[in-house]
Amino acid sequence: MKKKIVSMALIAAMTATMFAGCGSNSSSSSSSSSKSSSGKEGKVLNIWSWNDEFETRFNDFYPEVESVSKDKTETKLKDGTVVKWTINPNQDGVYQQKLDEALQNQATASADDKIDIFLAETDYLVKYTDADANASMPLKDLGIDPDKDLADQYQYTKDAATDKNGDLRATSWQACPGLFVYRRGIAKDAFGTDDPEKIQEKVKDWDTFEQSAKELKDKGYYMLSSMGADTYRVFGNNASEPWVQGDTVTVDPNLMKWVEQSKKFTDEGYNHKVSGQWTDDWNKDQGADSKVFGWFFPAWGINFTIQPNAGDKGAGDWAVCNGPQSYNWGGSFILAAQGTDNPKLVKDIMLKLTADKDTLLKITDKTLDYTNTVSGMEEYAADDKKGDSDFLGGENPYKYFAPAAESIKMDKITPYDQGCGECFQNAFGDYFNGKVSFDKAKKNFETAILERYSDLKKVEWPK
Amino acid sequence: MKKKTKKAKNYSNYGYLFIAPFFISFVIFSLIPLVDTIKNSFYEYYTSGLKVVGPNFIGLANYSQILKADLLKYTGNTFILWIAGFIPQIVIALILAAWFTDQHMKLRGRKVYEVIIYMPNLIMASAFAMLFFTLFSNSGPVNSLLQQLHITKEPIRFLASVSGTRGLIALMNFLMWFGNTTIMLMSAINGVNPELFEAANLDGCTHTQIFFRITLPMIRPILTYTLITSLIGGIQMFDVPQILTNGNGSPDRSSMTLIMLLNNYLKTKNYGMAGALSVYLFIISGILCFIVYRFINTDSSDNEAKAKAKREKRQKKIATVEGGITV
Repeated sequence: MKKKIVSMALIAAMTATMFAGCGSNSSSSSSSSSKSSSGKEGKVLNIWSWNDEFETRFNDFYPEVESVSKDKTETKLKDGTVVKWTINPNQDGVYQQKLDEALQNQATASADDKIDIFLAETDYLVKYTDADANASMPLKDLGIDPDKDLADQYQYTKDAATDKNGDLRATSWQACPGLFVYRRGIAKDAFGTDDPEKIQEKVKDWDTFEQSAKELKDKGYYMLSSMGADTYRVFGNNASEPWVQGDTVTVDPNLMKWVEQSKKFTDEGYNHKVSGQWTDDWNKDQGADSKVFGWFFPAWGINFTIQPNAGDKGAGDWAVCNGPQSYNWGGSFILAAQGTDNPKLVKDIMLKLTADKDTLLKITDKTLDYTNTVSGMEEYAADDKKGDSDFLGGENPYKYFAPAAESIKMDKITPYDQGCGECFQNAFGDYFNGKVSFDKAKKNFETAILERYSDLKKVEWPK
Repeated sequence: MKKKTKKAKNYSNYGYLFIAPFFISFVIFSLIPLVDTIKNSFYEYYTSGLKVVGPNFIGLANYSQILKADLLKYTGNTFILWIAGFIPQIVIALILAAWFTDQHMKLRGRKVYEVIIYMPNLIMASAFAMLFFTLFSNSGPVNSLLQQLHITKEPIRFLASVSGTRGLIALMNFLMWFGNTTIMLMSAINGVNPELFEAANLDGCTHTQIFFRITLPMIRPILTYTLITSLIGGIQMFDVPQILTNGNGSPDRSSMTLIMLLNNYLKTKNYGMAGALSVYLFIISGILCFIVYRFINTDSSDNEAKAKAKREKRQKKIATVEGGITV
């Protein structure tokens, strides 16, 4: 009899462990709120992101950081709290997929596994600041008063992160006005000058841009690296309609201009025919020995992308000018996840890293990032001593960034922007390559976008 | 006395207890998801942003919508990719298996070769795909090698062409699986009675004759098994094309496989469409396996019957000839 009991117990234990794996994940993300949590702060702070940009900023500039683990997956704070970093790539929607799943399990996750902070890009920011979805906490619930604490931030960064009830739900440490970044060496060889004012004349509008591309080609250089991805943001950001209204995808006429220009550039050999951004080929094109002349980038593109790719050898060979059209690209926003068990720490991080002028200017000094402080950036634009960059050969980029930042509008962002952008570029990439006809590319885009978003039903093209 | 018989009865019931864990886990991890998948295929059920839409019963709408989407094209892609990898795989595997098991070849270091050809299978498919992505990129090592040897002037843009992309996927599948198939076929050949080969040798058969007349017919069951497992693996092809093309199935959606489509639907947690697609896949695999199984089985019995008839005919002939002589 005893044996029987033991064996029954064993079997019960086995089945129990089997069941343990299948916890329910149907609970909604909105069921918990920070108000119910007790005053005690958790010992683990979970931060989710799609790259290490924020992690680097945090480790370098958050004053409470004590040490960083060797594999960079954990940061220890002075009060003993451990910050755990979870990084998933943006591409193909992987980051959002994993994040959504984790946010939906937020209510049932144990305190140390709950997401406390997550980051979102402008491409899909509205998905997470949505008041109905309620995945992120309104900043006022954390005790941040946007009008007072975030008064020095650029207005558009606040507009973009405000939900329909007028609650601000995300905050950013950077503003992302875009410029045209080019190589001084190639400019001297092809145009006889590397002066930003003179080069601006060479790229002042798209027609002139194309003529200059031809001049570069004749000298054996390329105007751009990729077949279209590099100019996509400029055209896309100047679109007159949002990507999605209701269940209809609307392709903006400006994007068709992008298609036309990119096809021409590819056929004429004005670009280096790299298939897309963030690839190995693309990174190499930013190296010191490449023949590619220019890139469209906001400030983070210079410090986060070009600088590491160009290395010491390429330093000083770069310069910026306004380019054909003003535009905005990206911007990383910090959001507090509903249900966080560290609201005080989250508040402190948000204030220190996105609203504290001293910290922001330190970030700018060290990394060239264009930080979210209007008064600070204006000081830099006015004072060449503060704004000069060795990497840009002594040029003061803030002169160009500051007015561009003031003019940014972000009233057309939708939660579908990332998917639409990826599918559109990919479908027309085949057309640029000469693999499919124009009409086939249009059809491929329709197929791809309707497969990707189940709630979208039709695509409308400009006449 | 009575007590004793009762105890004996209990012992026999332990058997159920021991097999219970399997059935419980089967029901939980296989049967319930299976039924759930079929059930979901009749519902509209997905997320939009962070909001869940459904489940609303919509009958067969998902099935007809999938047919209207490019289901047939993706089925075609999947089969082209599978066949392009499978044909070289089975041919090379058969040749290698025949060589390795041939007593006359006396191959040295056979074990080393076996280990080496099996190696690619140990690498994770996605890592393998990333490796190829880098190797064959525009400025990757393969292109710089080709340019330095002056074979091409401009870099070949492998991943921009349909044949290039499909070729690379097929090549990867071939490299990953031919070792595995070789080893399976070798064990099949080793299982054939050696007396058959000996007899054939004594009768003066050539190597090709032995291969086609003895080896191949004798390992037919294992060949069927290889074909069916490879077929099912082929229908479920996902990681290699997914990683190599960044999930786009580029160029022109020509390397988009069925499971990549499934993955696309799961991006918005579209359990309805994903369920309908899974049911289609289930039906396709079922039919194909049935065909393969029946084809090979009846084929072999047919052959045997034919051979038997032939033999009998020949014996009769010989008998009549002999009879003629004696007469």
